[in-house]
Amino acid sequence: MAKKKTKKIKEKKVKLGKSKETAREKMIGQHIGYRYDVNLLPDYKKITPFLKKYVEYMGWDDLNWLEDVHMGYEENRPAVFCRNANGWVTIPKKIKLPNNQQDRDMIARELLVKFQMSPKHPLVDLKKAYRKF
Amino acid sequence: MANLKDSSKKSKSQSMGMHTELLKGRTQQRFFDSEEAENFYYFGNYDVDFNKRTELDVKNMEAPQANKKIDELMSEGYGTIVIQNPQGKHSLGVGILNKLNLIFEGSLGYFAVGSCDGPNVRITGRVGWSCAQNLMAGKVVIEKNAGSSFGAAIRGGDLICKGSVGARTGIDMKGGTIIVGGDAGAFTGFMMQRGRIIILGDVGINLGDSMYDGTIFIGGKIGSFGSDAIEAELTFVDKEWLKRKLKVAEIGENFDVNKIKKIVAGKKLWNYDNLEPTEKKGAI
Repeated sequence: MAKKKTKKIKEKKVKLGKSKETAREKMIGQHIGYRYDVNLLPDYKKITPFLKKYVEYMGWDDLNWLEDVHMGYEENRPAVFCRNANGWVTIPKKIKLPNNQQDRDMIARELLVKFQMSPKHPLVDLKKAYRKF
Repeated sequence: MANLKDSSKKSKSQSMGMHTELLKGRTQQRFFDSEEAENFYYFGNYDVDFNKRTELDVKNMEAPQANKKIDELMSEGYGTIVIQNPQGKHSLGVGILNKLNLIFEGSLGYFAVGSCDGPNVRITGRVGWSCAQNLMAGKVVIEKNAGSSFGAAIRGGDLICKGSVGARTGIDMKGGTIIVGGDAGAFTGFMMQRGRIIILGDVGINLGDSMYDGTIFIGGKIGSFGSDAIEAELTFVDKEWLKRKLKVAEIGENFDVNKIKKIVAGKKLWNYDNLEPTEKKGAI
């Protein structure tokens, strides 16, 4: 009687979530999710002088809500999402973007704060029109 | 039959007709100069001074009256306001969109400091349900225990409870950090979408149930995992961040971060087929 060949089952070590994403993406034929790491923690060595001043002014110990702000993309252009306006703020062309995500994120944070505090922010008009007290 | 043959070549979602819809948002063009003068508060808000301090006794006030008085004090430039005798009133300190040091000497009821954006709040007592719900930015510290739905739907900022919290902590949160020094109840991080939760004590059943994204760090025992919540590797960056954040939170500074378990979404429930159209992939 011929010996039965026993196949060794190799356990593949895969990165967390990676294979599942690929399988899912294959199934639906489309990329899912963000094109940047939404869970990336900020590197405080890269903090800009403007952000330092902002954090100090607000009396916080760190970047606080800005820890969740990252540089994303809108209409094929780098942009940062403004949650107050519920829209993307595209980065001006004159700003040269560095290659690493940490530096890009700091630029996005700075630009977002400047936009939100600007009198040209859409909420200023809304406030004028709808504020009740 | 020809149509059937054609559709078999397509992916499952394409054959179901899911890719016919074009994702086009309404575009509103706004121009602003990023080199404008530095301004650190929302247009039309108050530039208050932390060194200008006042006290407000709310014993005989209704919550709307007390909240209006806080607004008036901010308009006068007061940057530090101490609220005396809150006596467990509901909805105190809500809707503050300003930098401010707000101190409550006592306990608060439901929906304390909800929908805030910027203030640093300290509550020396306990809080009821839904404390700091929809927090956008700022730091809220509770010295004792908190009720259920602690930090519901927060989008940013640091929310710290030095004691224990009830069930559904961080339900539907979309950003920010929740830090709990004690234990947490069932369904912690239920349907969370982004942000981070740190619980130094034990957690109840169904931890991170149906979480879409974000991270949960647990220092104690876990009752059970919820649907699609899985354990992940705690990285060096995580540990460094945890050490820094626990110091900021004024709790667990000496806690051994190596004991902490990291929980993330297994992403099996990701069914957002049209989240980003294929044509945008070229921009990566």
